[in-house]
Amino acid sequence: MHLTVNGDVHHVDAPDHWTLLEVLRYRLGLTGSKQGCDKGDCGACTVLVDGQPMISCLMLAREAENRAITTIEGLMPHHIAAGGTGADPVQDAFDQCGALQCGFCQSGTILSAHALLSGTPNPSDAEIRDALAGNLCRCTGYTQILQAVQLASARARGVSPPPRSWETPPAPAGSPAPSPTETA
Amino acid sequence: MASRDIHGIDPPWGDFRHVGRALRKVDGLAKATGAAVYTDDISLPGMLHAKLLRSPHAHARILAIDTTRVRQLSGVHGVITGEDLPVKFGILPWTQDETALAVGKVRHVGEPVAAVAAVDEDTANAALKLIRVEYELLHVYIDPFESLSRHDPPIHEQHRSGNISKHVHLSFGDVDMALSHADAVVEGDYFFHGTTHAAIEPHCAVAQYAADGVLTLWSSTQITHYVHRALAHVLGLSAHRIRVIQPCLGGAFGGKSDPFSFEFVTAKLAMLTGRPIKLLYTREEVFYTHRGRHPMHMHYKTGATRDGRLTGVDATILVDGGAYSSYGLVTTYYAGQLLTGPYDFPTYRFDSTRVFTNKPTCGPKRGHGSVQPRFAFEVQLDELAEVLRMDPIEIRRRNLLGADTTTVNGQRITSNGIAKCLDFVEQASGWTTRRGRLGYGRGLGVAASMYISGTNYPIYPNPMPQAAVQLKIDRSGLVTVFSGANDIGQGSNSIAQYLVAEELGLALDQVRVASADTDLCPVDLGAYSSRETFMVGNALIDACRKIRPQLVQAVAERWQVDTARVRFVEGVVIDLEDVSRSMSAAEAFQLAEEKFDTLGATGAYNTPTLGGDYRGGTIGAAPAYSFTAHAVEVSVDVETGRITCHDVWIAHDCGRALNPMLVAGQMEGSAYMGVAEALMEDHDVHASGLHKGPSLLDYRIPTSVDTPALHALIVESLDPEGPYGAKEAGEGPLHPSIPAISNAVFDAVGIRLRHLPFTPGRVLAALRARQHSAPSGEPELAGGPR
Repeated sequence: MHLTVNGDVHHVDAPDHWTLLEVLRYRLGLTGSKQGCDKGDCGACTVLVDGQPMISCLMLAREAENRAITTIEGLMPHHIAAGGTGADPVQDAFDQCGALQCGFCQSGTILSAHALLSGTPNPSDAEIRDALAGNLCRCTGYTQILQAVQLASARARGVSPPPRSWETPPAPAGSPAPSPTETA
Repeated sequence: MASRDIHGIDPPWGDFRHVGRALRKVDGLAKATGAAVYTDDISLPGMLHAKLLRSPHAHARILAIDTTRVRQLSGVHGVITGEDLPVKFGILPWTQDETALAVGKVRHVGEPVAAVAAVDEDTANAALKLIRVEYELLHVYIDPFESLSRHDPPIHEQHRSGNISKHVHLSFGDVDMALSHADAVVEGDYFFHGTTHAAIEPHCAVAQYAADGVLTLWSSTQITHYVHRALAHVLGLSAHRIRVIQPCLGGAFGGKSDPFSFEFVTAKLAMLTGRPIKLLYTREEVFYTHRGRHPMHMHYKTGATRDGRLTGVDATILVDGGAYSSYGLVTTYYAGQLLTGPYDFPTYRFDSTRVFTNKPTCGPKRGHGSVQPRFAFEVQLDELAEVLRMDPIEIRRRNLLGADTTTVNGQRITSNGIAKCLDFVEQASGWTTRRGRLGYGRGLGVAASMYISGTNYPIYPNPMPQAAVQLKIDRSGLVTVFSGANDIGQGSNSIAQYLVAEELGLALDQVRVASADTDLCPVDLGAYSSRETFMVGNALIDACRKIRPQLVQAVAERWQVDTARVRFVEGVVIDLEDVSRSMSAAEAFQLAEEKFDTLGATGAYNTPTLGGDYRGGTIGAAPAYSFTAHAVEVSVDVETGRITCHDVWIAHDCGRALNPMLVAGQMEGSAYMGVAEALMEDHDVHASGLHKGPSLLDYRIPTSVDTPALHALIVESLDPEGPYGAKEAGEGPLHPSIPAISNAVFDAVGIRLRHLPFTPGRVLAALRARQHSAPSGEPELAGGPR
């Protein structure tokens, strides 16, 4: 079969039942896409297929023929080819915000965030949470992931990201109470 | 300089250049771009794939195993059973009761029985189907109370105490007298269910046996050193012929801190076949491998004076251990030993019993052994506040142990920021104006906790350093740190970079870290007990302070000035009294190399002698303790029984925040995991021993939509022994989430949830029970239905 991955066309020989994830990892050596469950529960294997986030462990490799596949390895080369330097801005924001603890889920999460920001440059908190609901993270509690997406969005729009809770201590007793978040 | 030196809390050159800043991680961009290599990303030429045949039975004798048909299948290169790896192992020297593959009997569903190596996974899976195992089924123990009273047939034949894995009874002061003279006593039963780590990376190992007789194992372990020792023991090889490497690790949380079947099996098959072997667990296998949080049935009785001062605490705890010992001896102690702060217990007694059951083995999960008792006690403390008509934060304040005190069981408390933690969550949650005033169905709750920052008790007793590093100072201007520490995502390699750059006055990019490779790095005891930042941090400072005088002296001699005038600042060396004079760190390194020969240093850390003077008194003794308080806001839907946790305010005393962003990440991740345990997750088996939901969908770990807003509030108490005053942040902040949610539910709708997890069914049952019996506001002491 012929697969177009990160702009390169690969001729691949693999068993018919192999998933796109298996071909990416074990035939093409693109090990940035991770396998956490192999049944579509965790989202660590998320790649972009024609720009849309797809779970590559639930997609047969053959189904991806004639479609443009982007893996985590494709973002930085694309960014550099477009005149940028270093990592893609979304990747860079994840690094800057501490969102990469063990990092195992993050290639999938970063690609989901990338797809969100392509269509929704200024997402609300709820929109970010919805867009990333298919990417389980066990380390961060999602807070620094949210902050990373907010930072990437803010940078692209030339504004400051919202402050983080640990950057300013709580107000001393006697001052007006803060207004807590009403919904998650 | 030596392993017992105290290095102090102050910056090495006058002011901090790196410490205290929200710096990037040393491996962040590699992870963000997909370049970081995890164990399953490794592929070696000629590599075979191994799979395990696992028991379908929870308790059975193995009468016969027939592997003859497997050997005839094309593509199969090796098959082994328990007879090939008969040596027992276990993480603790006193309780070695596991084998890599079952020998004679199986003790839980999913226990590995045989292993095959084949050209690919499909062939290996086909081969497993050709193995015939004849079992004789035995009585299955699921209920831990049955294991207490019955041991025929025993789960472990050689075990002297029937099905009792460990029993600890410790008493401090006259508890009975204290409780009988208390003005108020609250007594009740609490249950903490089983939960598991569910790291997103499944366990994986790759083994290679080279022609020169050296065995190399790449493994997703959080404790390289213990895997190294266990491999030598089980395989009968000299340890110097074994190399263990931990590649990038995709999460652990305690779940990768035992030596496991897959590690021995890949090594053995590599030795038998002469081919590299990979074994990657499926997600279902990860659930059966477990080593997660022990279910605990807990009975607590707490007394207090009229003004809210605690007089005594009496606890009886039944710990459901599962099939094997694992860390269970320590768990049984921790269940009692770690409760004695942040409050002053004048008297205390606990009786803790761990039993074997035919379920996947429990072990250490984030907050090992202490999250469960903390839940029970913090809910009971709220009940006491209710009886005494006292604010829940106030009753906690009245009982705080201060800094530089000793707990009732003899643990040394040094730095202690708990009072400020309570202040922070009170202020940030708007506690004084909002608690009790949010209307029926919405409420605030609080809880506090204390946790060890490292332990003075190595897994195998020995007087050698617990942490060690080596530095290589290169004439290029680069310093390479060789650190035995296991970076499991918490950032121990990043901390190493920050501390060395700080100590030697370098830019961050002048320090690179090689870690967790037994050939290259000195021994560190690994990522458990929240020890890496504290212990390895001290070892790093120790090493730097050995080499720094040589670097300074070489420059001072070249400039012919006093050494006090030489300062390294982010990679540039300056003369403090002559700003025109400077050189690069690389030039300074070259001068020092010229003068002192090749430059390097080792550094080490060992804990002081700690702990109470009684059997078990060192278990739970830590060189420092972290402190945490949480306030949470919940709403309860009284129609469906569903609890929604909206906000968690997490105040944590981490000593000094070496990198506040990484500290906040640990706090948020901990609190998230606590909320998940309270409201969603349940690691449980059917009567047959089959897991009720061994997938990430059915086990229900929270998504971004399920997770509340997490507000990390850092408290810095500057510990006298920690590196620049730092303490742990990775485990302590999990503890209060769970009782704080129960306490917030009480504020919201007036029911006490003492039985985890807080499912809609239990909430509705408690609401109905309250309507039918107890008058509003009075504590009811019966546990809810399951």
